Amino acid sequence: MLNNIQIAAAIAVSFLCTAFLRFLPFLFFRKGKQIPLFIQYLGKVLPSAIMAVLVIYCLKDVGTGSWQSGGAQIAAVLFTAVLHLWKKDTYLSITAGTIFYMILIHFLLV
Amino acid sequence: MKKKEIIKYALIKALPVIISYLFIGMAYGIVMTKAGYSIWWSLCISLTIYTGAFQFILVSLLNQGASLLTIALTALFMNSRQTFYGLSFLDDFNSMGSKRWYMIHSLTDETYAVDCTLDKDETITIHDRRTIMFYVALFSHLSWAAATILGGFFGSLIPFDLTGIDFCMTALFVTIFIDQWKSADRHFPALSGLCIAILLCILLGPDRFMLPSLALTCAILLLKRTIQKEELC
Repeated sequence: MLNNIQIAAAIAVSFLCTAFLRFLPFLFFRKGKQIPLFIQYLGKVLPSAIMAVLVIYCLKDVGTGSWQSGGAQIAAVLFTAVLHLWKKDTYLSITAGTIFYMILIHFLLV
Repeated sequence: MKKKEIIKYALIKALPVIISYLFIGMAYGIVMTKAGYSIWWSLCISLTIYTGAFQFILVSLLNQGASLLTIALTALFMNSRQTFYGLSFLDDFNSMGSKRWYMIHSLTDETYAVDCTLDKDETITIHDRRTIMFYVALFSHLSWAAATILGGFFGSLIPFDLTGIDFCMTALFVTIFIDQWKSADRHFPALSGLCIAILLCILLGPDRFMLPSLALTCAILLLKRTIQKEELC
């Protein structure tokens, strides 16, 4: 077990690195300065691209894990997507999708 | 909008994030307590570092007595995606005065996703939208911190099995992805992000594809803009 100073140092280093990454775009494009057009363009088109990447990020272990856990994740994503396209209710889709997933892994992964 | 309405609106928007943060934050509090760390360290980490996946990795790094350099490199690598999120809110955060610092610090995968949905509602003024963003950030951050404490104190008392509850995060991203898809008149950004992420996840493996995917997606989007001379949006 590390002592308190070592823990504090580890936390401080992690915090500084994470904060640096979060502040980085704001260090480049400071307040009051004109943001270059190509960065404005990226800011506009990135959300839909990033959302796609985040969905894949959540599913990243589908290929390497067991077929049961991968299958449950894919099935639950499809279930959520179909429900959302049909009912168009974000809270319903998230709640029902999560319950569906929990039931699936409960029965598949015992 | 009145302040009360703004807070209510933000609460409704942030609700999926708050609920998932409550569960995952509790799981984090439990893991930290089981590893032998005081609840105050857990709270301190959740307030300052405030990024889910890396916080869990940090527990094992601490347990192994990893060097500060290893910790720094892991943090830089795992959290590099955060840099891309700021690009969508440069103007918004920069015009938020003293709240600016907090907004930059508290931007996560999930609050980014929620903030991206706010400009769809045209009845909200830009000033109200920014205030809503602030409360979304605050509520999410507080629920994460509160859940860490709850998990640390009462985690072992939860009587039922919550495995799989973290799927609500995936479901949140899926619903936002679909909503964005339907409201977009061009699908190239979403499609390129999707294809590149799948391809690089297969090629580079699940632990290494995030940063290359985001970088390559940016490069391709910029390349397409140059070729087609697209106007701003």
